Amino acid sequence: MSEPIQEPPSSRDATGRHRTDEPAATGPAGDPAPVHPTDPRALLEVDDVTLRFGGVVALDHVNFSLRQGEIFGLIGPNGAGKTTCFNAMTGVYRPTSGQIRFAGAPITGLKKHQITRLGVARTFQNIRLFPEMTALENVMVGVDAHHKTSVPGALLRLPRHWREERTGRARSMELLRYVGIENRAGEAARNLAYGEQRRLEIARALATGPKLLCLDEPAAGFNPAEKDSLLALIRSIRDTGITILLIEHDMRLVMGVCDRLVVLEFGRKIAEGVPADVRDDPLVIAAYLGVPADAA
Amino acid sequence: MTTTGTEHASAPGREDAYQHRGLKRLTGRIAARMDRLRRWYRGLPWPQRALVLLLVAVAAYLLPYVGDIPLIGPQIVTVHTDWPSALFRMSYFVLLALGLNVVVGYAGLLDLGYVGFFAVGAYTVALLTSPDSVFGTKWVWLAAVPVAVAVAMVSGLILGWPTLRLRGDYLAIVTLGFAEIIRITADSTPGFLRGDRGFGGIPHPPGRNSDGTALFGVRDATPYFWLGLSVVILVILAVRNLDHSRVGRSWLAVREDEEAAEIMGVRTVKFKLWAFAIGAFVGGLGGVMFAGYQGFMNSSAFVLQFSILILAGVVMGGAGNMPGAILGGALVSYIPDRLTGINDPLFHNDLAQWRFLIFGVAIIVIMVFRPQGLIPSRRRAMELKDRAKEVAP
Repeated sequence: MSEPIQEPPSSRDATGRHRTDEPAATGPAGDPAPVHPTDPRALLEVDDVTLRFGGVVALDHVNFSLRQGEIFGLIGPNGAGKTTCFNAMTGVYRPTSGQIRFAGAPITGLKKHQITRLGVARTFQNIRLFPEMTALENVMVGVDAHHKTSVPGALLRLPRHWREERTGRARSMELLRYVGIENRAGEAARNLAYGEQRRLEIARALATGPKLLCLDEPAAGFNPAEKDSLLALIRSIRDTGITILLIEHDMRLVMGVCDRLVVLEFGRKIAEGVPADVRDDPLVIAAYLGVPADAA
Repeated sequence: MTTTGTEHASAPGREDAYQHRGLKRLTGRIAARMDRLRRWYRGLPWPQRALVLLLVAVAAYLLPYVGDIPLIGPQIVTVHTDWPSALFRMSYFVLLALGLNVVVGYAGLLDLGYVGFFAVGAYTVALLTSPDSVFGTKWVWLAAVPVAVAVAMVSGLILGWPTLRLRGDYLAIVTLGFAEIIRITADSTPGFLRGDRGFGGIPHPPGRNSDGTALFGVRDATPYFWLGLSVVILVILAVRNLDHSRVGRSWLAVREDEEAAEIMGVRTVKFKLWAFAIGAFVGGLGGVMFAGYQGFMNSSAFVLQFSILILAGVVMGGAGNMPGAILGGALVSYIPDRLTGINDPLFHNDLAQWRFLIFGVAIIVIMVFRPQGLIPSRRRAMELKDRAKEVAP
């Protein structure tokens, strides 16, 4: 077990609030204060989560909470543990200690598909579509998450099968239209352009009917125009009532769309708050740019 | 998105490398004809497609009379083996290929011991119907059928459940072990499964001809073939229904990227178990028909080679799609049978001794020049290696 490294005195207390207790500048929307873990408005609570792989501590007592309806950014340098955090939330990894709660109920230890059915959906940093399936079929897999047709039911072509196929297809086309790729519905996913693939992943995640959408670097490799378009899509998704958790490296995008941020470095949370505060936090600056060799 | 590890023959480099080989031209021409045929078929509207399939089915029922076609007939039918018997053998090979295709081609679970389910079906029938059986129940064949396929399905679940977490090579070894366990148990329990003494007196399927003789007799294999063909058609319809539903989508998603599929809400455990159960059911069905035809069976019918042979048929024909599995299963049975009884010109030996060599060469040639199979799946690539994708930490 590793000793916690002595940290320099921080301007923030344990919950991330400023010691001076001055109200921080408000972000694009909503209450800037960090969400207390037992806040009834909290949708997702990452409660003192530690994740170890053998000797490597990927997440170290990470603590943050998401409020319903906000766009929350998870940022940090490469290797900070952001995607690991996503994996812990979606059941890919099981935290060594700590708990993750969704809408008040613990989800640590649940199976991945159970977590998805509870309302957590995600996209992947390195795009994991089903390459040989068409765009429409990819989205239909997501819609199937809530379908109830059984194997015998499909075999015997019971009415539920027909009904769910029809509504599933309609819903999938609607989602493809929503993200703007309905003209590529019949194309195999591996044949889509990069930007179309990213959008398809979002459509597929939305198809599972989530309350929380986790986007892992959705704008990677995009040019500024594409990023603006993605920003508009993210805002539009939030406007439908879905909470969004975003991992992103592009600071302009993050500052422009996120209501609140959490910053990780080496698996530890080093800052939390509204974008304006976080941007000016010396710890955050040090994490991204490094500290001069002769600093105290 | 990472690129796949499998090589498609459409990749330019590979195609050119074999451009000047004569064999490539031959298999290429056959393959091109098949692709054209497929494209034509897919272009048809639904009612015409149904008509084509109906005609094909009718033609299939007429296969026992192919030998009567002038000129080409005698070239097609087997020489040494009774033609309807060879056809019946093809029918249960095709049935097994279809069942294995669900497990391997659709769900992507590499099963090297598929003959195990075939054996379970056959042995259950033997135990329930044969006078040699320790149970002594002496049922009629038809009564034993539902019990046998149910037992086979359960054995599929028994095999499937502990192997769920296994991938690729490890799954292959465990499934291989399963089939061998059955065969070795058969050899080691002289009182129960009776090893190579086997079971005799297994009754045939019921039915009487208009003149009072048994429909499923010992002389003419044609009714057996028709029964086998009917079962094959039913299984085709059933599997097709599953394929074109959320079940097929889930199987395909699991094959493409199991972890991503589960994260998208697919109940991977449930659908993998169902794939095993369905594969086992169909395998058991094959065993049931085999027992009913043979009348006698022992453990030598259930050797590992048989599993490999069926798998070879599925892969050669084109895994992941039914026409491919059907063609592969039929060829794997037909080619060795056809070569029996032909004398080679050099040594005047019955080619039967050489048939597996010739057959092996044929498979090698096909897999080298057409690795995606004779009828490649339009969109499914056969993955013999697990595509383990690590989520980036």
